[in-house]
Amino acid sequence: MNISKETMQHMYITMKRIREFELKTQELFAEGKIPGFVHLYLGEEAVSAGACEYLNDGDYITSTHRGHGHIIAKGGDMKYMMAELFGKATGYCKGKGGSMHIADRDKGILGANGIVGAGQDIALGAGFSINYKGTTQVCVCFFGDGSTNQGTFHESLNMASIWNLPIVYVCENNNYAISMSQSRHQHIQNISDRGKAYGIPSIHIDGNNVIDVYEAITAAIDRARKGKGPTLVECKTYRWRGHFEGDPAIYKPKGEQETWLKKDPITQFKTYLENNHLFSEEQLHTWDAAICQEIEEAVRFADESPLSDIHTIVNDVYSDIIEEVHVR
Amino acid sequence: MKTMTYGQALKEGMSIRMRENPNVYLLGEDVGAFGGCFGVSSGMFEEFGEKRVRDTPISEGAIIGTAIGSAATGLRPIAEIMMGDFVTVAMDQLVNQSAKMRYMFGGKISLPMVVRLPGGAGVSAAAQHSQSLEAWLVHVPGLKVVYPSTPQDAVGLMLSAIDDDNPVIMIEHKALYAVKGDVYNLSPIPLGKGDIKRHGNDITIIATGKMVYEAITASEKLENAGISAEVIDPRSLYPLDKELIANSISKTHHVIITTEETKRGSYAGELSAYIHEELFDMLDSPVIRVCALNTPIPFAPNLEKAFLPNAADIFRAAKTLL
Repeated sequence: MNISKETMQHMYITMKRIREFELKTQELFAEGKIPGFVHLYLGEEAVSAGACEYLNDGDYITSTHRGHGHIIAKGGDMKYMMAELFGKATGYCKGKGGSMHIADRDKGILGANGIVGAGQDIALGAGFSINYKGTTQVCVCFFGDGSTNQGTFHESLNMASIWNLPIVYVCENNNYAISMSQSRHQHIQNISDRGKAYGIPSIHIDGNNVIDVYEAITAAIDRARKGKGPTLVECKTYRWRGHFEGDPAIYKPKGEQETWLKKDPITQFKTYLENNHLFSEEQLHTWDAAICQEIEEAVRFADESPLSDIHTIVNDVYSDIIEEVHVR
Repeated sequence: MKTMTYGQALKEGMSIRMRENPNVYLLGEDVGAFGGCFGVSSGMFEEFGEKRVRDTPISEGAIIGTAIGSAATGLRPIAEIMMGDFVTVAMDQLVNQSAKMRYMFGGKISLPMVVRLPGGAGVSAAAQHSQSLEAWLVHVPGLKVVYPSTPQDAVGLMLSAIDDDNPVIMIEHKALYAVKGDVYNLSPIPLGKGDIKRHGNDITIIATGKMVYEAITASEKLENAGISAEVIDPRSLYPLDKELIANSISKTHHVIITTEETKRGSYAGELSAYIHEELFDMLDSPVIRVCALNTPIPFAPNLEKAFLPNAADIFRAAKTLL
């Protein structure tokens, strides 16, 4: 496949944005600036960057509890994301969702999700809607290896298959379902085997190679746009951090992390870009510096934003009813 | 004015909106050529076609998930869950996803969707096909819950439920599907508007679903005993017509709440708590709940009959108050 220089540049920038956003989030969480839980996407950047590159704003994605990468790759604004992580009024969800519930309807982001596997059923609805209206949109459904043991995975693949829905199932196999390694939580090596059981073309690829991801998912998106139905793409990658920040990940076997760190998707792509004389090191540095600047601005925006007014707590439960505040 | 059954009225409501709005569609197990397990959508497949009257595999979670995803992207789905009890299989999608999306996402996503749940006992369908689970659903902020008892209410509430921009649960009593009634108009009944099913002065009987009929039977017997009972059907469990209830109690000062639910943790309990907390000064006696037993629903007709509350129970309860 001939990938344009522009696409290469954009994928690099997306990966780097995700990396820097997550490193900053890690730091801010440790400082106590971010309440609740955060599940970082470090090490998996090539999957969402490659998968979203060929999508338009009108296309949909469903995401997971580890959703920052998907949202950035689909065009989410890091300022509003960071403000949401801080629980501020200017955040994507006005401080009511937090890290696990960021959504942006205008960008086709149907929400990160706190329930493992839930996005797979919601993706069905987006795919159904596209077929119903007869448009050429697609829905990319992101999920992890752990969720493929939920019923939703099987229901969703079956239904998408019988209805020939334009869904690209992107399994981010990061080898861990919370603390359970893939070899402990399922008796198969390739999750792509499960797609075949539903009559869905399924492949597994190196999820740390953004070009492989881009090529595989672009082909799947093209299939979907042409009305040829769903595809399952299993991207093999690795979760650098624990399940959430604060998880010391003592369950990871010795040496495993080191092996995967050597396969850093960004370093690999950088080497590829330089070796193929696509961009100079200097050019990459310029972009890196600009991204760090964007992150700093996002943090400043979040930091300086006001908290949501307490009175807004009762808003947006319904479109038309404001819940009463009862005396306690 | 037309005479139609409760089931036909539900179908009429769905069909009216489907004729008017191409974005409204029905999905569920066997809702297509089969016409739905209780025949409610019978004929809709022929009128609207496979695209809009969509049979699904037996995957309740995916049915609600499809409704959510399609509602979030511009359609107005009506999802039928074959038996209300099966909604337990779809609870994540209903409770964690549909009810919370608007709030979690800062008000940026609307989910105009209706979920139809045939509930209720009385047909020897046993413990997994007969329950009244309204308390679980009313409990969840973000859901609206309606429960018609007559054909007129069925069509009116269906129209409003489809028009609503929030997830609306439509509980339908399976033993009422064949009950005929007069339908005077085909206009929406606003959610949150209850109805006085029988006027009276001495005691207020709040009843839902099939218990409305038991309450009317009881109130006729009470009339003979010199007690004038007012029967109120909230129709919409949430939002609730508190004004209608308060107006009635301000006149009668005595209240019985009767539902087909297992009594413990019931919606009837919520209503009772509301009346005690907010209308205590109007009461001359504590609120009495006439509900089903705290057991799973038994199969054998004699046992099921003993499980369910009936007009005689309501009559007896009223006599203890007056």
